[in-house]
Amino acid sequence: MDYHSPASFAEASALAINATGITRFLAGGTDVLVQLRSELVTPDTLIDIKKINGVHDITRNSDGSWTLGVAATGAEMSDHPELGLDWPGVVEAMDLIGSTQVQGRATLTGNLCNGSPAADSVPAMVAAGVTVTITGPEGVRDMAVEDIPTGPGKTALAKGEVISAINIPARGENGGDAYLRFIPRTEMDIAVVGVGVNLRLDGDTITEARVSLGAVAPTVLLVDDAARAIIGTTLDDAALDALAAAASGACNPIDDKRGTIAFRTEVAGVLAKRTAKIAYARAKGEQA
Amino acid sequence: MSKLHVTTTVNGDEVEYLCDPRETLLDCLRDKLNLTGAKEGCGTGDCGACSVTVDGRLVCSCLMLGVEAEGKQIETVEGIADGDVLHPLQKKFIEYAALQCGICTPGILVAAKSLLEKNPDPTEEEARYWLAGNLCRCTGYDKIIRAVMDTAAELREAS
Repeated sequence: MDYHSPASFAEASALAINATGITRFLAGGTDVLVQLRSELVTPDTLIDIKKINGVHDITRNSDGSWTLGVAATGAEMSDHPELGLDWPGVVEAMDLIGSTQVQGRATLTGNLCNGSPAADSVPAMVAAGVTVTITGPEGVRDMAVEDIPTGPGKTALAKGEVISAINIPARGENGGDAYLRFIPRTEMDIAVVGVGVNLRLDGDTITEARVSLGAVAPTVLLVDDAARAIIGTTLDDAALDALAAAASGACNPIDDKRGTIAFRTEVAGVLAKRTAKIAYARAKGEQA
Repeated sequence: MSKLHVTTTVNGDEVEYLCDPRETLLDCLRDKLNLTGAKEGCGTGDCGACSVTVDGRLVCSCLMLGVEAEGKQIETVEGIADGDVLHPLQKKFIEYAALQCGICTPGILVAAKSLLEKNPDPTEEEARYWLAGNLCRCTGYDKIIRAVMDTAAELREAS
């Protein structure tokens, strides 16, 4: 295995383009090293992107949007004094992943590129409307997070393409986001169902919403029907029931020992209601 | 591929080693530097027995490559005591008998020290969540948590 630590994303991309065999980019390594040690994936070329300038930075831009370096860890996100005020759902979703030790290394980018349908941070990013900047042989482009996963363990990134930044929109006025997951334990587990909700209010009425589901389909889903169920409402009981029905209706889960198809489908609806209530309360400026 | 040369700082001392890029920081600490306090329990970041801090951040040394340690500040369980004088956490772990087989203990000491540096006055719930990544199959955790909470109280009184 060749180990490289390039000084720029263009160099990282060039290394990947010219590499033969299996190539992996190394950010926090909490998935890549597990796969390496268990001999599931032994890369021929490992490209460590943490020596690139600015990859740990968490920056609020002048328009209120946020740019996160691709190696910014969960611990760094949770410790940031302002990011979690703007985007509590995104920060809490990331914070749910693994232990304190894993938080010291794990990144949003790695969680996304690992391609797990149950990745906790991905539904929260999808709901928040997060995009990623991709550096590749053709130059630099942006892509919505929901377009990155194409199946379990698979992404839309082509050979030589590497995510070079995470872009979170400006929070703006009267908005709130939240992420909840169901796990059989209290901590240190993988989502059986995850739900992200992000919405904006005009008075008591929801004017914008994005609803996403994790762990109930081969990829994380952006569920437009679920968003439509609550837009224009005050999140009354009828809207919540319509939201739950739309969320359950979008599910296409697997059946396994951690949750049956029927269970995951039911829980997606229940969690969607609870998550939306938290996002709504946050948009109203209430503690939730 | 030939081995890579790494210079890093462990418990305040600059050290050098040659490593294969596939070797973890845990492998390098144990096999090259003879710092065998950090243990390999699972090797997949689930059990926390290999916990160390890197630039002040608690991590599993089994989930980090040896080459990634270049230029970093590493702290291991061997750096917790001051010579022959045990750290208050170590004294409390003995006083409370907060260990049985002892395999998890180095990782728990490193993790608990990291908690108390960040939060000198944790609630029991905060301590339990912070240490959720440190598995112990012997004690049932109660004595560990009592030892950590009592150490926190003692350190607060002392400061």
